Amino acid sequence: MYDNAMPSIYFSDEHVAFRQTVRAFIQKEVTPNIQDWEDAGRLPRSLYKKAAEIGLIGVIYPEELGGSAGDLFMHVVATEEISRAGSGGVSASLGSHTIGLPPLVKHGSDHLRQTYAVPVIAGEKIAALAVTEPGGGSDVAALKTRAVRDGGHFVVNGEKTFITSGMQADVITVAVRTDPGARGSGGISFLAVAGDTPGLERTELTKMGWWASDTAHLSFNDCRVPVDNLIGVEGGGFQAAMLNFNNERLSMAAQAYTMADVCYREALAWAQERQAFGKPLAQQQVIRHKLVDMAAQIDVARTLTYDIVWRYMNQMDPLQIHVARTSMAKVTATNALKFCADEAVQILGGMGFMRGTASERIYREVKVMTIGGGTDEVLKNLAASQLGI
Amino acid sequence: MKVLVPVKRVIDYNVKVRVKADGSGVDLANVKMSMNPFDEIAVEEAIRLKEAGKADEVIAVSIGVKQSQETLRTALAMGADRAILVIAADDVHTDIEPLSVAKILAKIVEEEQPGVVLCGKQAIDNDMNATGQMLSALLGWSQGTFASEVDIDGDTAKVTREVDGGLQTLSVKMPAIITVDLRLNEPRYASLPNIMKAKKKPLDEKTAADYGVDVTPRLEIVKTVEPAERAAGIIVGSVDELVEKLKEAGAV
Repeated sequence: MYDNAMPSIYFSDEHVAFRQTVRAFIQKEVTPNIQDWEDAGRLPRSLYKKAAEIGLIGVIYPEELGGSAGDLFMHVVATEEISRAGSGGVSASLGSHTIGLPPLVKHGSDHLRQTYAVPVIAGEKIAALAVTEPGGGSDVAALKTRAVRDGGHFVVNGEKTFITSGMQADVITVAVRTDPGARGSGGISFLAVAGDTPGLERTELTKMGWWASDTAHLSFNDCRVPVDNLIGVEGGGFQAAMLNFNNERLSMAAQAYTMADVCYREALAWAQERQAFGKPLAQQQVIRHKLVDMAAQIDVARTLTYDIVWRYMNQMDPLQIHVARTSMAKVTATNALKFCADEAVQILGGMGFMRGTASERIYREVKVMTIGGGTDEVLKNLAASQLGI
Repeated sequence: MKVLVPVKRVIDYNVKVRVKADGSGVDLANVKMSMNPFDEIAVEEAIRLKEAGKADEVIAVSIGVKQSQETLRTALAMGADRAILVIAADDVHTDIEPLSVAKILAKIVEEEQPGVVLCGKQAIDNDMNATGQMLSALLGWSQGTFASEVDIDGDTAKVTREVDGGLQTLSVKMPAIITVDLRLNEPRYASLPNIMKAKKKPLDEKTAADYGVDVTPRLEIVKTVEPAERAAGIIVGSVDELVEKLKEAGAV
């Protein structure tokens, strides 16, 4: 499989150079520590600082906020190389700003950008996004958390759950209903809520996978949030959430096919080493075919994702087509992950069932990838509606 | 003070090297290339000199094929101020020999008048370990090789060298050629903001002819072979058996 180590129609010299930087950084600063972080259930704050120093947090954000204003392919490079560590928890928590921060950077006031975005981009604060509630996830229009205006504040009450980086986050971009009278997608707004707001309670959730990432249930009990912390216009939250989801799905596609590639490489190395019936596993036809099927699925998902990014950057398609293809790419990539994690554990045999292989960990992280950021079922419905089916 | 840092584009140290079918060398077509790791250490040291206020400009220079400009961009992204690319070959398989490199560097030193030249002790492709020493001889400058610590103070530099018996410290007169060893420092990552800035830094393109140096090879590669494959091992059943086998092999 090719490695994007050289420039192509998608990647310039700068993309290649940054890929090299991130790869070296991950090998040195992340890979040796993954097990400790998985055991601790969270990433150390020092990692965010170190990541910020190489520009890994600020990839796509504007230069005036300390970012690098990189293009979408630079974001793909960063996402792929973080995922190469083979820990979805590392990708999820180190990357929680990629869902928490963009609404604030795009639509927030200068005050909000300076107060929250700048320190997150500098690796000094952690950002999270809180949309999902106990009563509903992908159906964003049904959310119930309310924010009621009281003088210079919104008073927030409600519950959010499955919130990535929710235990550690210093700033949480929370989707709330600001207009109780409006039904459905109207009346939804985003608020930037400081982590130390009185009345905010956090409960840690334990999970099947993503152990290196902290996940929280958040309760908002009469939390007083300054009206200045409203992101963008009141009632404009639904549209912002949808666009945000689309970028999240693109990132998750890149994460999924890269993690699938980690499984493929681990299985391949094992199959070339392990002897059975007088020859390496990789020389047994049934195993060779499995490996080729894995490589093919990874290649399909990756090529589709690159094409979507390229056509988006070159403004080739109407937004509906882009949204539909992004949904399809996420499903395609997570299907590749599902297949590759399963086959990798099968090829690794007993080793694949043991703690310590990347495939064992990734196998436990397949389901969150087919559920988070929009379930397969929701994404297919979305693609169908966008394609006019 | 200006610091000149020569950097070489070499096969990436992660790449599994393959010998060309005709044995004339190593296959470099479509292979990932990077900056020689010892040169990265030299670039890092030069940038630290600048950060410490002991140098005001860091100039990276590379001599080889046009693609060496990627290596120079890496040096610029790490923090070098400007770069000079000397194109001396068209084919990526052509290695410019140390004497030719040293002659070109000597001309650049005359032009740029740096206070110190920081080089990697050797390049990981051919392991010649010669360019720095030859440059020192051509210029008549002092040299400190295999540096694990460098302390420049006005007219002299204290260079600590890793030698067989331990550490040796030399005091060398400036200007000097210092070749750096593995433990001198840990090179920084080229950060994304600096990779973007490096695009705008000046990179001069020259040819070997501009310096009047003939780079025709003087050495002939007779043969290149893969290292011998490791023979299969055996699994011993006990410590006693291990000791016995080691005795048989004359290892203990």
